[in-house]
Amino acid sequence: MSKAIYVKPVIKKQETGKMNKFGSVFHRNYRDSIDGVKINDIVERYGSPVFVISETEIRNKYRQIYREFSSQYPHVQFTWSYKTNYLDAVCCVFHQEGELAEVVSEFEYQKARRLGVPGNKIVYNGPLKSKASLKIAFEEDAIVNLDNFDEVLRAEEVARSIGKQVHVGIRLNMDTGIYPQWSRFGFNLENQSAYDAARRIHMSKHLNLNGLHSHIGTFILDPSAYAIQVKKMIDLRRTLETELSISIDYLDFGGGFPSRNKLKGTYLPPEVAIPNIEEYIQAITSTLTANLLPEEYPTVYMETGRAMIDEAGFLITTIEGVKRMPNGVKSYIIDAGINILYTSNWYNFKVELDRPVQGTYENAIVYGPLCMNIDVVLENATLPPLPKGVRLILSPMGAYNMTQWMQFISYRPAIVMIMEDGTIEQIRRPEQLEDIVGPEFVPEKLRQFSL
Amino acid sequence: MNTEKLTTLAISDSGFIFDPSTGDTFNTNEIGVKIIQLLKQGKDFNELMDLMIEQYEVTEEELEADLLDFIQLLKNYHMV
Repeated sequence: MSKAIYVKPVIKKQETGKMNKFGSVFHRNYRDSIDGVKINDIVERYGSPVFVISETEIRNKYRQIYREFSSQYPHVQFTWSYKTNYLDAVCCVFHQEGELAEVVSEFEYQKARRLGVPGNKIVYNGPLKSKASLKIAFEEDAIVNLDNFDEVLRAEEVARSIGKQVHVGIRLNMDTGIYPQWSRFGFNLENQSAYDAARRIHMSKHLNLNGLHSHIGTFILDPSAYAIQVKKMIDLRRTLETELSISIDYLDFGGGFPSRNKLKGTYLPPEVAIPNIEEYIQAITSTLTANLLPEEYPTVYMETGRAMIDEAGFLITTIEGVKRMPNGVKSYIIDAGINILYTSNWYNFKVELDRPVQGTYENAIVYGPLCMNIDVVLENATLPPLPKGVRLILSPMGAYNMTQWMQFISYRPAIVMIMEDGTIEQIRRPEQLEDIVGPEFVPEKLRQFSL
Repeated sequence: MNTEKLTTLAISDSGFIFDPSTGDTFNTNEIGVKIIQLLKQGKDFNELMDLMIEQYEVTEEELEADLLDFIQLLKNYHMV
């Protein structure tokens, strides 16, 4: 006699008054492949956990955003925000597409130069630039945006020391109606600090102000904030031209476009809550064209990071343990912790399974493998009853995790890229002991011990 | 394991459970009904394992984990 089909037993208390009146956007919650490559094949070759980046998704996203912008405003140049994801392979994809490098530190500057990006194709931002890095940047004609008065003085000193008159931009902050207002970067527009900085630079024999930069925030959910930003920067440009005869060649509108990730604390799903990228671009380009004559059009730099890369990244991870908490909540232990998932601090990732799993969905906590109570990857995931060995595919994962991750307790995993032709390339191998202990030294007198 | 409370519950064949002492209602599935029935008959954990393995297409490892989890839930709901 054949046995009956087994389905995991479930029991759930019926509760009223907890319905979501907005409902939720349905999405298929399993995928057995990424860009046509089977999840199993990826794990067999590179282990679990493993980060996966889609080359196709990066290129498609860049082309979509660039086409949208350039069809409405001709003089636009995208710059790849290195801090968002500075893996060499990722940067190379963006550079192949035509993006300049946007860096915020000496390390990132060196990384861009090492990849072959010429100095004059690098935008150098950041609130602290050392004299040594400014010297190289000025010698190589990088596009440098200064953050504060001390940096203006430092830049002047460096320019004088190399006997060169250099072009610089200034970073601005302003009220665009969003909260919280980012005021820590650059010179404030409303209190005249920006105007004073421009005047000070104008007086310098070694500095020549030719650009205005502003980055109003991150994950901005209101496109109209960009319209206000652009208008205020155009007004300042006009003021500087008429009152100080300063000719501004470029406006740099920073980044801040959101990806389709779900911020913690937001109620609506990202498909509903997050405006389309076209709306942001429309807000910027329409303000530019409405307030400038074609002969006045400056070069516009766009430093879009997160929106370009986030949805191209995935993390494949495996259920290694199942546990029922004392309060009855189901919990799972996976092989990836918050140390490699920095953005789990503020996102509720999309969770997909590598196979369809039958059973009643219930809320569950997903813990990482770290021996730390705070290692909670997903606080409230709605999942069917998952057996050990099921793979979870977490996304969007492309922005910041692979730069802000930290080595802690265990090795950081491999990162692979699925190429446009369907092949897989390992673009960062898993770490090994020597990668971590390499910079360490043990004083001679500490070497000997007996236990 | 004290399964006395289970005998006071109203359980339909489709898996709807009513607890008359609290007014709480629950939903379970076919396998859940089966396990509760066996517990009501006084079967212990090992007997449950043997009976279920005999009847269902499931590995011992998976069934053991699921049974432990299910009984833990019954404890959380104060049914056992």
